Amino acid sequence: MRKIKSVSDLERWKENILSREKQDEVVVSVCGGTGCHAYGCKKVRDRFAKIIRKNGELKEIRLRYTGCRGFCERGPIVTIQPQGIFYQRVQEKDVPLILSETVQRGKILDHLLYEDVITKRKVTSEKDIPFYKVQSRLVLGSNGMIEPTKIEDYIGIGGYQALSKAFFEMKPEQIIDEIKASGLRGRGGAGFLTGKKWEDCRKAPGELKYIICNCDEGDPGAYMDRSLLEGNPHSVLEGMIIGAYAISGSHGYIYVRHEYPLACKNAETAITQARKAGFLGKNILGSGFNFDVEIAKGGGAFVCGESTALIASIEGRVGEPRSKQVHTVTRGLWEKPTNLNNVETWANVPLIINKGSQWFSSIGTEKSKGTKIFSLVGKVKNTGLVEVPMGITLKEIIFDIGGGQQDGKRIKAVQTGGPSGGCIPASLFDLPVDFDSLTQVGSMMGSGGMIVMDEGTCMVDVAKYFVHFLQEESCGKCLPCREGLKRMGEILDRITEGKGDGESLSLLEELAEVVADTSLCGLGKTAPNPVLSALRYFRPEFEAHIHQKRCPAAVCTPLIQYSISESDCTGCGVCAKICPTQAIKGEKKQSHSILAEVCSKCGSCKDVCKADAVMVQ
Amino acid sequence: MDFEQVGKIIDRYKGKRTALISILHDIQDQYNHLPEETLRKVASRLQMDLNDIYGVATFYKSFSLVPKGKHSITLCLGTACHVRGGPKILREMKKQLSIEPGQTTADKQFSLNVVNCLGVCAIGPVMFVDGKFYGEMNTLKAKRIIEKINKNNKSKKRNGVKS
Repeated sequence: MRKIKSVSDLERWKENILSREKQDEVVVSVCGGTGCHAYGCKKVRDRFAKIIRKNGELKEIRLRYTGCRGFCERGPIVTIQPQGIFYQRVQEKDVPLILSETVQRGKILDHLLYEDVITKRKVTSEKDIPFYKVQSRLVLGSNGMIEPTKIEDYIGIGGYQALSKAFFEMKPEQIIDEIKASGLRGRGGAGFLTGKKWEDCRKAPGELKYIICNCDEGDPGAYMDRSLLEGNPHSVLEGMIIGAYAISGSHGYIYVRHEYPLACKNAETAITQARKAGFLGKNILGSGFNFDVEIAKGGGAFVCGESTALIASIEGRVGEPRSKQVHTVTRGLWEKPTNLNNVETWANVPLIINKGSQWFSSIGTEKSKGTKIFSLVGKVKNTGLVEVPMGITLKEIIFDIGGGQQDGKRIKAVQTGGPSGGCIPASLFDLPVDFDSLTQVGSMMGSGGMIVMDEGTCMVDVAKYFVHFLQEESCGKCLPCREGLKRMGEILDRITEGKGDGESLSLLEELAEVVADTSLCGLGKTAPNPVLSALRYFRPEFEAHIHQKRCPAAVCTPLIQYSISESDCTGCGVCAKICPTQAIKGEKKQSHSILAEVCSKCGSCKDVCKADAVMVQ
Repeated sequence: MDFEQVGKIIDRYKGKRTALISILHDIQDQYNHLPEETLRKVASRLQMDLNDIYGVATFYKSFSLVPKGKHSITLCLGTACHVRGGPKILREMKKQLSIEPGQTTADKQFSLNVVNCLGVCAIGPVMFVDGKFYGEMNTLKAKRIIEKINKNNKSKKRNGVKS
């Protein structure tokens, strides 16, 4: 690879790459996202590679191992171009058949097609699947078209064109104006205006400035940043380089969670390739501008998603936040001006530069522009990553894309915004999804986790879960967060154990207020949100635990009883075998029963019962 | 134990303080935990106070000062996994291995860890065993994974393979 030094160099490289692609070329793409990995996509890809290598007739096929395609629940996913055939739940044994039937004879394999949950019709192409139909995959869509470790693939789809436009056709101030005009707001959670942040950082006094990409993604239930950095690392890098040029930053860091090894690896590869191509390093594209990026690994601390804690972590210190009286754009990494944006924010930048702020701001609502990627997970049929224009309703996301309830239980809420957000009840599902609407109802956009909850989810348990989560992740620096969350957790523990009393809820609310008002950083300030929103919308559930000593969702173990329905039990004995406390008695082929005093309420019996005879109340 | 590798790891990061967390990760990968001797070496090479290194090593959850088991079992208890029954899997694992999260079995075979999100939320509950993800877990599947590892260990022993 030789260094790209001008616009024409880049154009020539792109043409060269495209000229090598033949018309009507068969491209078999196997999704290599982490979800598909769990279902065995590597075996599928290896089998494809092996057969293609051995069979001369198939050697023209291009095999592509892409990043996450979003529909993780149906993995491993294989698509075949140019026909656009979408196969799901593909196993290693299906590979020879796909090659001989679909690729060579053009025959569609029915058993690998997606079946529409409502119409029960088989769907052949990706664009007709309801899960994808409602989405507008502006940022995430490229994941399916490229192999993340090949810079040529990215160049082929127009990669680094925005960089060349920014460097040769725009002045740094113009870039900032363009980002400001686009209305892009930070995708990491708080939703601060990106252009404004860049401007503040550019204006901050100092020669040396830092650019940081936050891929700490600690919010449980959210994984879009992972999929972007794993699946299209160059788009993130390109955004960072443009940002650095606009702000006049000289060095960048991508802070990645240690739990995301593939994201680290692919980002590292992309950095090396970008250096070789002349997009990073000294005299980028012959412009005289110098900028380089390196990876900094996290250590598994949720608080490091907070900007000042993240900076402390990069400096090699304990990840404790500091007071933000002086913002990081003025004094950040090593006391120098630092501009920090989230992965998804950076990935949006090349799009805006390429297509213009007007185009970008035409998508979304008045104050929330563009698209947002959500991880739609929990008790919903179609789980995965979805990218939708801002302003779409929760109902459209959960029912049209998500396909509604998962196993017969009515959906009652959706949790957004991670541990800083809240639970939104089903009665508010007509709410448009944008930064301000979600905040108004007591939740927040957050980084984009959307965890669907149904009647089998106990909201007291969820509130307790988040408080314990945050208590554990609190860095311990300030007292309200460290001690307040602990006490809130104790109150919630007592309620779920049936030991709550008339004062529990008022005490909980009072503590929540103090923690929110007096904590040092965002973690503590927003920590009471899950509890307060649960109390606001699901107070009767709390009251049932306290006054009737009953858990309506049958989750809190001290308040529930397991039993076996005599009429449904087939006497297979599987439950008795798995029961850890030997609490299930019964003769083979006779109805079984549970000894309440021995039962540890682990629920194993319910999990294994094929006749659905185990009842819980 | 031979700690020669530590110097090489620090060299790889050009002895930069910023790389402390990455250096500790690499040491942990090499020795399965962070032995005291290695932390002392890091302190002297990076010219940092040992207390600060100890602070970092104990603040971040990825690090362990005690040796971990041969097989690492990481259970995700992120929100998506939690609402889909993650806590039940944890109860089953605790029962199977007779240890609490963060502990290692007496025979040094298994370490049980609980994390707040593995980022594979669409197919929860998720378990990460020896570098492999297992999705849509239930108590039975979890039990079988442990049984399979135990069976493999036994047959390796029988065949004279050093475990």
